[in-house]
Amino acid sequence: MDYSQFLGMREELSLLAVILLTFLIDLFVSSEKKAENCGNECSLEGRPCARMMWLTRVPIVLMLVHTVFNLLPCGAANEATWTSLFGGMYLHTEMMTLIKSVLNVGALIVMVMATPYLMRKENHIKAGEFHSLLLFTLLGMYFMISAGHFLMFFIGLELASIPMAALISFNKGCQKSGEAGAKFILLALFSSGLMLYGISLLYGACGTLYFGQMAAALSAPNLISILGLVLVISGLGFKISMVPFHLWTADTYEGAPTPVTAFLSVLSKGAAAFTLMVILTKVFSVGPFVEYWDTALQLLIVLSITVANLFAIRQNNLKRFMAFSAISQAGYLVLGILGGTAEGMEALVFYLAVYTFANLGAFAIIHEVEHHSGKVGISDYNGLYTTNPYMAFCMTICLFSLAGIPPFAGFFSKFFIFMAAFKAGFEVTVFIALVNTVISLYYYLLIVKAMYINKNEQPIARFNANISSTVAIVLCVILTMFFGVFSAPFNFLSYFGFGI
Amino acid sequence: MEYTLFILLLPFLSFLLLGVWGKWLSHKVAGLIGTLSLAAVTVLSYMTAWTYFTADRVGGIYETLVPYNFEWLPMGSLHFDMGIMLDPISVMMLIVISTVSLMVHIYSFGYMHGERGFQRYYAFLSLFTMSMLGLVVATNIFQMYLFWELVGVSSYLLIGFYFTTPAAIAASKKAFIVTRFADMFFLVGILIYGYYCKSFGFDFDAAGFAEGSFMLPTALVLMFIGGAGKSAMFPLHIWLPDAMEGPTPVSALIHAATMVVAGVYQIARLFPLWIQYAPESLSIVVWVGAFTAFYAAAVACAQSDIKRVLAFSTISQIAFMMVALGVCMPGHEAVIDAHGSLGYMASMFHLFTHAMFKACLFLGAGCIIHAVHSNEMSAMGGLRKYMPITHITFLISCLAIAGIPFFSGFSSKDEIITACFNYSPVVGWWMTGVAAMTAFYMFRLYFGIFWGTENKELHAHHTPHEAPLTMTLPLIVLTVITVGVGVYTTLGGFLEWGGSFGSFVTANGEDYTIHFEKQVAITSTVMAILAIALATYIYKGEKQPVADRMYAAFPRLHRWAYKRFYMDEVYQFITHRIIFARVSKPIAWFDRHIVDGFFDFLAWGTHSLSYQIRNLQSGSVQQYALVFFLGILLVVFSVLFF
Repeated sequence: MDYSQFLGMREELSLLAVILLTFLIDLFVSSEKKAENCGNECSLEGRPCARMMWLTRVPIVLMLVHTVFNLLPCGAANEATWTSLFGGMYLHTEMMTLIKSVLNVGALIVMVMATPYLMRKENHIKAGEFHSLLLFTLLGMYFMISAGHFLMFFIGLELASIPMAALISFNKGCQKSGEAGAKFILLALFSSGLMLYGISLLYGACGTLYFGQMAAALSAPNLISILGLVLVISGLGFKISMVPFHLWTADTYEGAPTPVTAFLSVLSKGAAAFTLMVILTKVFSVGPFVEYWDTALQLLIVLSITVANLFAIRQNNLKRFMAFSAISQAGYLVLGILGGTAEGMEALVFYLAVYTFANLGAFAIIHEVEHHSGKVGISDYNGLYTTNPYMAFCMTICLFSLAGIPPFAGFFSKFFIFMAAFKAGFEVTVFIALVNTVISLYYYLLIVKAMYINKNEQPIARFNANISSTVAIVLCVILTMFFGVFSAPFNFLSYFGFGI
Repeated sequence: MEYTLFILLLPFLSFLLLGVWGKWLSHKVAGLIGTLSLAAVTVLSYMTAWTYFTADRVGGIYETLVPYNFEWLPMGSLHFDMGIMLDPISVMMLIVISTVSLMVHIYSFGYMHGERGFQRYYAFLSLFTMSMLGLVVATNIFQMYLFWELVGVSSYLLIGFYFTTPAAIAASKKAFIVTRFADMFFLVGILIYGYYCKSFGFDFDAAGFAEGSFMLPTALVLMFIGGAGKSAMFPLHIWLPDAMEGPTPVSALIHAATMVVAGVYQIARLFPLWIQYAPESLSIVVWVGAFTAFYAAAVACAQSDIKRVLAFSTISQIAFMMVALGVCMPGHEAVIDAHGSLGYMASMFHLFTHAMFKACLFLGAGCIIHAVHSNEMSAMGGLRKYMPITHITFLISCLAIAGIPFFSGFSSKDEIITACFNYSPVVGWWMTGVAAMTAFYMFRLYFGIFWGTENKELHAHHTPHEAPLTMTLPLIVLTVITVGVGVYTTLGGFLEWGGSFGSFVTANGEDYTIHFEKQVAITSTVMAILAIALATYIYKGEKQPVADRMYAAFPRLHRWAYKRFYMDEVYQFITHRIIFARVSKPIAWFDRHIVDGFFDFLAWGTHSLSYQIRNLQSGSVQQYALVFFLGILLVVFSVLFF
């Protein structure tokens, strides 16, 4: 075996280094030191000693280095070739580096915004665990994206979901958190089982699990391979949380710690959607199969967007609300897969980037408000503008971007994804999605209305935002505005090979 | 000529500084910042003019310089540029704008003393000056349009400066809406022009317009409508009299000397196009101008508010400039020649002289209003005893506008009337008549203020006093310019000197020696003197029996003229009774009941559906798994059967 092939896995190796360092540092700092408090005045707010702060900072810095180091593809641009390593187990294109970069930035923002949460008295002993689990999930996503073999893909998927369950139930004492974790892991196992069954059916049909060889073997569709296709879609649909595989979403989002919810709502979804596109275009690329999965995806998209919107209207808990918002956004995201065109992939990556910033920005604000006041109800946000105008303003921009109001980035990402699907010939689906954007506008504006217009006798008290949260929020807002005003990032995407 | 950039930058920086940090500056500092930056602009403008006009002519004309021009917005083959272009008329406008603006800045120190929002006032003045300068140095029609709108905005801001007065707010809105309405045509004209010419530049490569095509004249006429709105030509003049609600120095700067001549400037800028491709359409400009000149003069004869008299006189004088441009005729093979295009030179000349004496008149009116705290002539009369400097400067400016030899208005107006006679005797006599009316109503105004029946009761209660030096100094400067230019050009015209205005600005750029047509000069002078004599006879005395008898004899005519021939009411009728009531209301009803109703129904439907399906999300994992499984079956079913 040629060990120099490992060097082709630049992102994975570098992330693994970050994980190991994080892990080791956490291992060698004694738990007494971690639990050490500065005394009464600090423990009132549940903050650890200042000299222990570095413990939460180091993984962030490492992650930052990793992100910057892997920001851009290093291969030759405009070469739509696949790098194939380990006999085709590991496949890689330039576009994958970009999507991994988006995930990196997302993970980084989540880590930054989680800092105040990890500095709580009950949590700072677990800060290292949190980061390791988070980064392992990310590593799983990497393998999922770059897999060239169903086995590799499945391992990546499991690596991305099992630590996730631990993260969801991270608030050990809290019953809701535990329940959310249990629901997640049970349904994840259920969906994994079904998908594994689907993979085995595909193996039966093709006699191989390498993506490249399967495409050749799957020339004529039969019932077995179609069932396999549907089961794979449903397994990834669970990760993307598409209706009807979405039911775990609201309960899990509500119970999980807010930074974890943010991570779940953006990164898992994005990685799974991209992987779905890769598998569909790579494995099921033969004419009749394309029609089959187009039909299936159209059904799931229409269901996701519509049903999630209908549920979102009636929510009062902001985290549940964001869960349904995320389901409907996932529908838009998957619109980019339809037809399996290069334009669609470009639009998907752009959409994911824009959605990442807007959604993480919103979650960072929700988290910050929850951290200071413990409130997550939409009606609690009434009159937020009077007490915390900057928070309300940033939240408004994020929501506007999610709703797709120009000139914020969300408008353009929606526009591009609709254009791609329209050009691929899915006019009806695009029309239904367009109608749904109007409904989504309504419920996003409900929150804006609550913050600015609704009166409240006792609005959330004025607070000074934590420095790390401020960094996360400001970064998200600036990127949201930047992507809206400048068209360069989108044009930039088209320089890279898609591998379609 | 790279330093010309500072002519635009300095007022812009001053605007930013005063606009953002004005609140923390004292009145004095804010005023000084504005005035000093403008003084620097003035110095730069004079330097530019000196350098430009002392440079050698190339082929008999002054070269057009473009020190800056960068591509701002590329749009396919078309592109919008931003830059600075220097040619005789833009350099002349630099002089006019910076001079009047500097005078107004100095004057405002006294006039606006202690006003709330003093810093804001100076910020807006800077903004206006920057926009106006940007307009005149524009390298292309689109840049011109951009700054055109900016001057509109600053005019709006300054008219509504006293934003607590309802009249000022109404006036500012009216000015903005009317000029915006006209600007819409300007924009359409620009777009047509750009579409066919493939360029917005002033190099006039009109090859895109097929010979004899209908589109270029259409574009030019549409642009003229925009210009007519800004320059208050009938019937788009209604905003200008109301604009007098703004502070008086603003009226002097914007609504008399600079912004309102933008329409004239626009036609002069596009003059080669007009004369080569649409000489017939120029007659539209003549008729609109000639009628406006007469109409405004007639209204001015009956107004009692001194600023309104001046406003209508401004409309009338700008109409003179328009007519002068309109009466130009192409020479052989559509070439611009000195004789046929005498009106172009006359128009620009009148623009220059008018700016000086009209600014002086408005600033003088400001002094008077400052002294008696009223705009009405009834509060005045006999003021010559109290305000000697204002009196003398006002008198000289009145003589200039009336067209008495040795005052600047004479030379330029005489050239206009000569050009009109060249075009057609009818227009010539018509404009001579309007010029006589000008002399009449200006002296009616003069006597009404400084002689006539004194309002002794009011003056005993509050004795009028001469304005402070900051206010009288600009008056003196402007009067000196008026007299200096007047004496020089009158002598020059009779003795046929070179080096008069015709040596700097002409239609084709070649040197032109101004010489008066004796008949025209004598006729118009005699008419003006007669009109002044008539005004003296009627309005000078303490008792005014003739005036009273005239009111008694023609009460209806007087009322019609006083009410400006009910033009505002006509607009009111058209907008409210026809557009709002007959067109907008049914549309609003349809919108409210049918369109809104449909969406309300949708919203209601969505809400109730959302309520119906709430049980799906029960919280039980078994059920979730079941739905998951059923979902897979659904997908399989759909894939197989659709």
